[in-house]
This record gives sequence, C-alpha cells and structure tokens, in this order.
Amino acid sequence: MDRFVTLNHGSGGRQTNDLIRELFARNFAMDMPLTDSAIVTFGGKKVAFTTDSYVIDPIFFPGGDIGKLAVCGTVNDLAVSGAIPGYISASFIIEEGFPIDELSRIAESMAREAVNAGVRIVTGDTKVVGKGKCDRIFINTAGTGVLLREGLDVSTASAVKPGDRLIVNGSLGNHSIAVLGSRNNLSFTTPVLSDCASLNHLTTKLLSECNGIRFMRDLTRGGLAGVLNELSSMCRRGIIIEETTLPVDEPVRGACEMLGFDPLYLANEGKLIVVVEENEVLKVLDILRSDPLGRNAAVIGEIAAVEKGKVILTTVTGGKRIVDMPEGVQLPRIC
Amino acid sequence: MKFIDGYRDRDLTDRLARQIRKAAAGTYTFMEVCGGHTAAIRRFGIHSLLPEGIRLISGPGCPVCVTGKGFVDRLSVYAGLKDVIITLYGDLMRIPGSGGRSLEKARAEGADVRIVFSSLDALSTARNNPGKKVIFAGIGFETTAPGTAAALQIAYRENISNFMVISAHKIMPPAMEAILKEGTRLNGFICPGHVAAITGSGIFDFIPRNYGIGCVVSGFEPADILLSVLMLISQVNANQPSTEIQYNRVVTEKGNLVAKEVMNEVFESCDTEWRGLGLIGGSGLIIRKKYERHDAESVIQVKVVESPDDGHCICGDILRGLREPSDCGLFGKACNPGEPVGACMVSEEGTCHTWHKYRLSDG
Amino acid sequence: MCLSIPVRIIEIEGDTARVSAGGTVFTAGLQLVQDAKPGDYVLLHAGFAIQKITDEEASEILSLLDEMEDPDKKQE
Repeated sequence: MDRFVTLNHGSGGRQTNDLIRELFARNFAMDMPLTDSAIVTFGGKKVAFTTDSYVIDPIFFPGGDIGKLAVCGTVNDLAVSGAIPGYISASFIIEEGFPIDELSRIAESMAREAVNAGVRIVTGDTKVVGKGKCDRIFINTAGTGVLLREGLDVSTASAVKPGDRLIVNGSLGNHSIAVLGSRNNLSFTTPVLSDCASLNHLTTKLLSECNGIRFMRDLTRGGLAGVLNELSSMCRRGIIIEETTLPVDEPVRGACEMLGFDPLYLANEGKLIVVVEENEVLKVLDILRSDPLGRNAAVIGEIAAVEKGKVILTTVTGGKRIVDMPEGVQLPRIC
Repeated sequence: MKFIDGYRDRDLTDRLARQIRKAAAGTYTFMEVCGGHTAAIRRFGIHSLLPEGIRLISGPGCPVCVTGKGFVDRLSVYAGLKDVIITLYGDLMRIPGSGGRSLEKARAEGADVRIVFSSLDALSTARNNPGKKVIFAGIGFETTAPGTAAALQIAYRENISNFMVISAHKIMPPAMEAILKEGTRLNGFICPGHVAAITGSGIFDFIPRNYGIGCVVSGFEPADILLSVLMLISQVNANQPSTEIQYNRVVTEKGNLVAKEVMNEVFESCDTEWRGLGLIGGSGLIIRKKYERHDAESVIQVKVVESPDDGHCICGDILRGLREPSDCGLFGKACNPGEPVGACMVSEEGTCHTWHKYRLSDG
Repeated sequence: MCLSIPVRIIEIEGDTARVSAGGTVFTAGLQLVQDAKPGDYVLLHAGFAIQKITDEEASEILSLLDEMEDPDKKQE
C-alpha cells in the first residue's frame, strides 16, 4: 500500500477498496463481502445500518446541496439494501466563520429531503473547527431501516445468475458534470443538474411488486464501472453491457468528449442498478418508467455465463472492450 | 453531436470493416503514432473489428508518457518552493518521476498544484495571484504547443511577470524517424490528425520518400480510423507508399499558418530526451531568448537530482515492434505501473502497461 | 495525443469565443484561427480553437463506400 493517503483513496475505486479491505475491515474484523449497509439483528428483527460522510465543493450546486446529498445518500444506501429507511442522524463539522444563513439553508434542505424520503432526523452532533481546519462544512449521516422482508438479500449478489438483466434508472454522470461545471475552475458551464434524489420509494415499490430482483446498488463515486466490477467479483461472473443502450444526456456527453471523461466512471447521486431475472424485466421497467426518477430507465446488459469474468462493453461500433475498476478520480486530459 | 455521431454510425463502420476484410491479403502491421488514436482504438474496440492479419501497434505519441522523468522531477522541485503555484494538464498529474514521485503526491504533501484545462486558465491564475509565481507545465506536440505560445505572447505583451512556462513540448517527425532508422517491421503509419491540423500533412512526406512506408493522416472517430486502415492496406497492396489525408475535414497539406507562426515566434527547436527512446536531435521546443523572462528554467534556477534507471529499458524496441515486453529484464520487476521506467509502461494504453494489467492477472 | 472535438461557436468577444459541446459551454481562445464566426464549427483543443471544420457529416466516406461496394453488386 502507499505510504500516504492521496485523493485517489477517496475516489471509490480500486485504491478505496484496498484501503477498506487491508486497513479497516481487517482491524475491525468485518464480515465480507462489504455492502452499502450492514444487516444486524435487533430483538429478532433484521435491521440495516449505514453511515456516510459528505464533503463536496461547492456545497450548493445545480440540483442540490450538501444537506440534500447527506440525506439522499444515506437513504439510498439503506434503500438498495432492501430496507425501509426510518431514522437518520446528522453530524456537522463546521469551519469557523461559516455563515449561519448558509447553515440554515442546508438544514432546511435536509428537513425537506427527509420529509420527501419519509425519514426522521433524530439525533446529531455539532463540532466547530478553526479557520482552515476543514473546508467550510462536512456532514456525516448514519441511518437505520427495517428490512422489507425477512431474509431479503439484494446486496451480496448471492442469487445473481447468468442471463439476469441489468437495468439502470436513468442518465449517467449528471451529478459529476453538474458539480464540476459549478466549480468553475475548468472553465465550462453546463445546463446539467445533479441527479441527487432519494430512491427509497422506488426501491420499495420494486421489491414489493417483483420477486425476481437479485441485486440492487446505487451508483455513486466509482460510477457504473465501479459497481459493475464489484458485482462481477461478488457473483463471480462476467458482465456484458451495450454502449448504445447507456442513457447519457447530450451536455454530459459533450463535457466528457472534451475533457476525456468516460460517463461509466462518473459519479451519480440518484441512480441505481437493478439486476433482475429475465421474465421480470418488463415489469421492472414499467415501474421505473412510471416514476419521475426512472423515466429514462434502460436495460443496459446482462450477466454472462462465463465464470470469474470481466465487465465487457460492446461499443457503438460493435467492438468489445474491458471496463476496468476505476483507478483513482478521473482527471481532465488534453491527450 | 455534429461531426461526431455520423462517424460512429454502426452501418458505416460495419461497411468499412467488410471492405477491410475484403482488401486484406496477408499480414499488416500499422503503427498509430498518436495517443489519442490509441485511446480511440481501445475505447471503440477497433481491434475486435479487424481481421487477424492486421496488427495495430502503439507508437510514442502520448506526450506525457514520453516526457523524461527529469521534467517531473524539476516540476516537483518547483512545487516545493515558497509562493509557487504549479498549473498543469490533468494528464501530467500522475506521471511518476524519480522514485515514483508524481505531482499528485507533491500535492498530497502540501504543494499548490492545480489542474487547468488551458494555458489561458494558467494565465488567469497568474493574474489572480500577483503575489505568487505561476508556473505552467508546457507539454504536448505541435497541436498543443501553439496554445502555450499564445499564452506566452499575451504574458509578454501585458507584462504578466509572474507567469512562467517550463517547456517539454516536442515535435513528432524526429521521433517517427528515430523509430524507422533502426529498422522496423511496420507497413504503415496512422498519422496524428490533430498534429497535422496545425502542421499540415507535408511533415510526413519524408517517410514514404525516404523509408518507403505509407502514411495516412487520420481522424479520431471509428469510421476515420477504419478508413485510414483501409487506405493503408491499399497502399501496401499496390506497393505505392505515399502521404494521404483521410481527415480532410480539418487537415490540409500546409496546415494552420497562423498557429505555426505563433509557435515559431515563441519556440525554437532543441534536442530532447524521450522516455524509452533516449535523446532525439531537434525533437524538442524551447522558449526563445525574447521570452526568457517567462521561461521558468532561466528565471528560477534549481538543482534537480534525477535517479538513474536500473538496467536497460527496451521500450524503444517495443515501440519499433521488434520485441515484446516479456523480452525485457525489467518488465514486471523494476518496471511496473506504479514505478514505470519506459513510456510503454507509463501510458495506460502502452504495450507494457496493458500486458502487465491483463496478461499477468489472467495468469 | 491531442484530444480535440468539434464545437459550435455561440458568440465571440474579442479573442475569446463561447463554444458549445452538446450544450455544455466552453471558452475558446481564437488566437490561432482566422475569420471564425458564430455558427462555425471549430476543433477545440486545450482551450484553443485550432482549426475550422469543413465537411458534410461523413458524406465523403459514404460516397467512397458506395463506389467500393458497387462492383460487388455488379458481380452478384
């Protein structure tokens, strides 16, 4: 492992996984595979439990803000674990000098999103650090929720089989591009909004009405590529996706072409991948497309028969290439 | 998107691939010189569309990969100085210098290193930070050098004295000639379309003339690349090597005269080191004396200690298509993606990097 | 090397243009091209317009292919 932590350790790619596996999970004796939420037993009931920290620059961006993000992110981690999110905690680390009115805008946004998602923010903590000791404001949220059904497992990919289809609920990469555009240092502006949204109503509906859902995961930092690579190693199967079916909005494509980014690797905050058995594909698509958060849902590929396979993309021209695990954050390139 | 989607049309690429299969008789080895082509070939899975006899190999065309580690070491030293902001293209951020030390690591240790999209953004950084010295890392071939030159002209004209450039700009033809000189099994070059957009296709004429190897100046979309392969096959089959322009929507024989003039006004040629290929005469661009006060190397003199490479890197032979990574004593040992020795390991698309990543993990 | 894509010029102010790539707007220096006008397509590389684009969407490749494929049809 590296001698120092670099930004790549926080990118949700290979380096993040190495750090978690080799340093944290080993010391904490955690159960493998690591999933978005832990499933623990409380008084005979299965409860999902998760936590996440939010650091983002800028804290207000087109389509959301750090507060909304902090609620959605934790709600989504619970939701894709098959739980109904119930209670959330909120801890703030605030830099000295931070404007109170911005803090109150963040709190209002969190409250609004909690109502949206149907969760309650019930506990929290506030710490203030000296000027320059943190970048404006960091938020940590943790959350719990009860599993929708006893024994429901859509996180470990244990039931995933060859021929199962992959469905994504909409366009890829909007969050990354909206945030980069509003950061202003790469001199581009874009009409794209962050897709930041709570997906729990959608997942509850999917899991209540369909029996063939074998895996769900929200697509965050490492993008679709990160999740598919993790899925492939969890279920020990290859995955084939079709480039022509991937939903990507035009301004996101434009930004990617120019900056040398691949939408497969861009972060999302309101997207999930659903792995479903073939005969329930239409049902899942119907449910997704009848919801504003799934209007652009698309079948993007399937689980291959090969064991221990890789993630393969069939390109627009019918060529094939391997989609690797992300290596660090994507940097804009000129070549 | 206009001028993009039309060239990615499946029907069009299928038809081109069919024509290639029909035309191909025997084996052909073509080199794409440009890293952008290498990336596009991988991105669109072009290899899997071609018949077995056609081999595409990657040349020395990724400017950061061929940048000697001494340049990264020098930037690291500058980054460590007080009141210095390093501005660079994202490409350069992870390129390792001596001991695997990159600018990304320098930033993690507290240096002010900023990624910019353009030399003009670096210039704005200088305007906005008058108390700091803003050093722009000039990398790239003839496509990129005019932009650096334009920023230097503005800094000179407006007397933005805290804007400086360290130039590792390079030009393409001498490197292509270096590959050819020592013998090669190549049957043709897929030539860099965006370099030629500036220089014109004329810079490649010496290759068919002196070395009997065909050159097709190619665009970067799948249909462009496939058509260029087809054109090269026809040249080989007819035994008539010449310089042809496939990418005629932007490339002419003479190129962009304005850009060439800007580039020549600011830069002059010099000998320079290419990672894996060694010193190549007349292949680099240094800042002319007139612009000396914006030349970081003459304004801020520092001592740079570059660690020597252990053993002999055969990158040059790999680039020439003469040997394979497994023939190299350093491969997978002293030279690996974390601490690469030659350009073929530095570049994610490089032959050694790809071998290391896929062949090793497949056992 | 040299990542560069076709963008459309939206407006020009002095030596600087605002250009669109699929709706995302970049800034382009015009120091290296002559006579660029709003509506023109130019290649954008590292923040500079480096060349104007002249073409009809792949039409040249299409007609070339038609020519190549024609003899086939005659044989059939």
